[in-house]
Amino acid sequence: MSMKRILIAAMAAPALLLGGCEVGTKYVDQTGPRGAGMDQVVAKSHVVKASAIPDAPYALTADMLNGPRASATYQNVKVLGDTSTEEFNRLMAEITTWVAPAEQGCNYCHNPENMASDEKYTKVVARRMLQMTRAINTDYKSHVQGVGVTCWTCHRGNQIPEYRWSMGPVESASILGNKHGQNTPDKNVGYASLPYDPFTSYLQGKNVIRVAGNSPYPTPDKGVSIKNAEQSYGLMMHLSQSLGVNCTFCHNTQSFRNWGESRPQRVTAWYGIRMVRDVNDEYISSLHGVFPKDQAGPLGDPYKVNCATCHQGQSKPLGGKSMLGDNPTLAGGNKPVMAAAPSTAPAASGEAGAPGPVLEAAKDAQTPVPAR
Amino acid sequence: MIGYQNIFTQTQLIGVEHGPPLGVGNDPRSGVGGFNYWLGKIGNAQIGPLYLGTLGLASIICFFVAFEIVGLNMFASVGWNPIQFVRQLPWLALEPPAPKYGLHIMPPLAEGGWWLMAGFFMTSSVILWFLRTYRRAKALGMGTHVAWCFASAIFLMLSLGFIRPILVGSWSEAVPFGIFPHLDWTAAFSIRYGNLFYNPFHALSIAFLYGSTLLFAMHGATIMATTRYGAERELEHITDRGTAAERGALFWRWTMGFNATFESIHRWAWWFAVLTTLTGGIGILLTGTAVDNWYLWAVQHHYAPAYPGTGVIDPATLPGAAK
Repeated sequence: MSMKRILIAAMAAPALLLGGCEVGTKYVDQTGPRGAGMDQVVAKSHVVKASAIPDAPYALTADMLNGPRASATYQNVKVLGDTSTEEFNRLMAEITTWVAPAEQGCNYCHNPENMASDEKYTKVVARRMLQMTRAINTDYKSHVQGVGVTCWTCHRGNQIPEYRWSMGPVESASILGNKHGQNTPDKNVGYASLPYDPFTSYLQGKNVIRVAGNSPYPTPDKGVSIKNAEQSYGLMMHLSQSLGVNCTFCHNTQSFRNWGESRPQRVTAWYGIRMVRDVNDEYISSLHGVFPKDQAGPLGDPYKVNCATCHQGQSKPLGGKSMLGDNPTLAGGNKPVMAAAPSTAPAASGEAGAPGPVLEAAKDAQTPVPAR
Repeated sequence: MIGYQNIFTQTQLIGVEHGPPLGVGNDPRSGVGGFNYWLGKIGNAQIGPLYLGTLGLASIICFFVAFEIVGLNMFASVGWNPIQFVRQLPWLALEPPAPKYGLHIMPPLAEGGWWLMAGFFMTSSVILWFLRTYRRAKALGMGTHVAWCFASAIFLMLSLGFIRPILVGSWSEAVPFGIFPHLDWTAAFSIRYGNLFYNPFHALSIAFLYGSTLLFAMHGATIMATTRYGAERELEHITDRGTAAERGALFWRWTMGFNATFESIHRWAWWFAVLTTLTGGIGILLTGTAVDNWYLWAVQHHYAPAYPGTGVIDPATLPGAAK
């Protein structure tokens, strides 16, 4: 072999070996003590851009919150009765933009001949979803904090949110086509061979997700089996994928179990899992039978939410922008609330359990939080 | 002109070496032997004859049965689709029984029965192969060192897939057959038992594993560097120290003050290799039996490094917490 060939091979080999590497700019963020590998490294080209929030049909002014209540103006208003008629009308227009297909508009949920009628299932679902939105914004400030959620947070213009799950078909009793619910490249679990449906077990009901023991020594109850540990691990991969972060966003991997070394984000996530369970059990599963068959999973259960439904690759959905300031009634209050005022106040900190009043949420709406 | 007996071999021996005559009770060797010029570049040019024998034959059959059970189960799991079989192969697995079956010997075939059968035949295969290496060594009048280091590897394999599952009372604790699945199992195992890196026997196993590669590199380098002084006749230098042995020893004594001998370096390497799997197996057998959370155990024994606390409290312990 001539020297020239050796040189070409010597130059080509490293280039080929590095072919799988990401060469672009990275954002590096140290999230914990040195030596614990606690870093978030995100390639600039992989940063998920926050999806645009659609323009409001018209501005909400303070005097719109006064005047007659919706229950006095319209019939069969069961959830938003205490909302002012003007805010109610405006919210209906917003929901049309957020959820309904453009060609159907109001008629997606309403019978144009009789707007008060509940004959369309979509109206029944929408009512339950409004209750859910208010419950999230009031009972789960531990997770959604002052930012809160609206229909847009999940729907983003789709009638059924893009990221969802339903219970999978039952696998055969023979070995034919039987993957035992795992060993399949699946995005839900980061293309690992882990169980790819951690949702049925952990994002409804009350199953325990924790796997590591509380004592150095074995206890008589035997603890969690490896197979269940794999399923928990699958759920954690889903969290990681949904938020675009790695394990050390919440955990110090010295001990995944130890809360005293975990970041506050782990607490936020803990409440988030309880919120998702509550949403699936109390609000979505209660609509079983309301949805037509083609809008349900193979076992007939309605499509349910997981972390990706809102987060869509961002640690803060919509880059942390709040939409509640423009829609105070979704914040859950039945009382009139002050409208949003432009503000330069900094965004609420990422710490857990900061139940800010609605006014604070309105401030957040004015302060974009950089996407990460 | 000197022709070195190493990877740069310029002379190849052509002329079948038959080896010593075999004693009573041995089968004849299979084949007559042949030569391959290119294999002669990296080793001995002579291929065969092979001693198959009863143990070899039984071992190969058992391995084939285990291999087929695993492969056909994987193939069936993608509905006998050859394209998906190739595409998904790294993900596919033959899983052990579910926890509900405990240590049942006969769970349904599709729910772990095949896994038990594959495990049985694979275990039989490696044990028969161990016996074969033992017997062949005896037949050649050798020591049985190869057989015993193979036994150490078998001990680790059985610790993971047989002894530990029996100690904790469930086959479900064992490793699946599969490429990614066994890696995910390993990660889940460590997380379940509170971080295996705090298991001292796991640490020893890693030390011996890395030590093995280090010793292998040092020894290989020393021999090649002294080949020009006759180090390829390594075994002769054990009993009759020559220039190669002297210079190699001098090199290490000058660089690090101590040198192994041409004989002891092989004991070093053999023990490092054997102890890798031996300590690894002990670490596995202690997990879930003697210790349930290695991190907490390390805290108790004051060797887990303490990082600054974050002040975060487990929300499940707060009053009125949801479960």
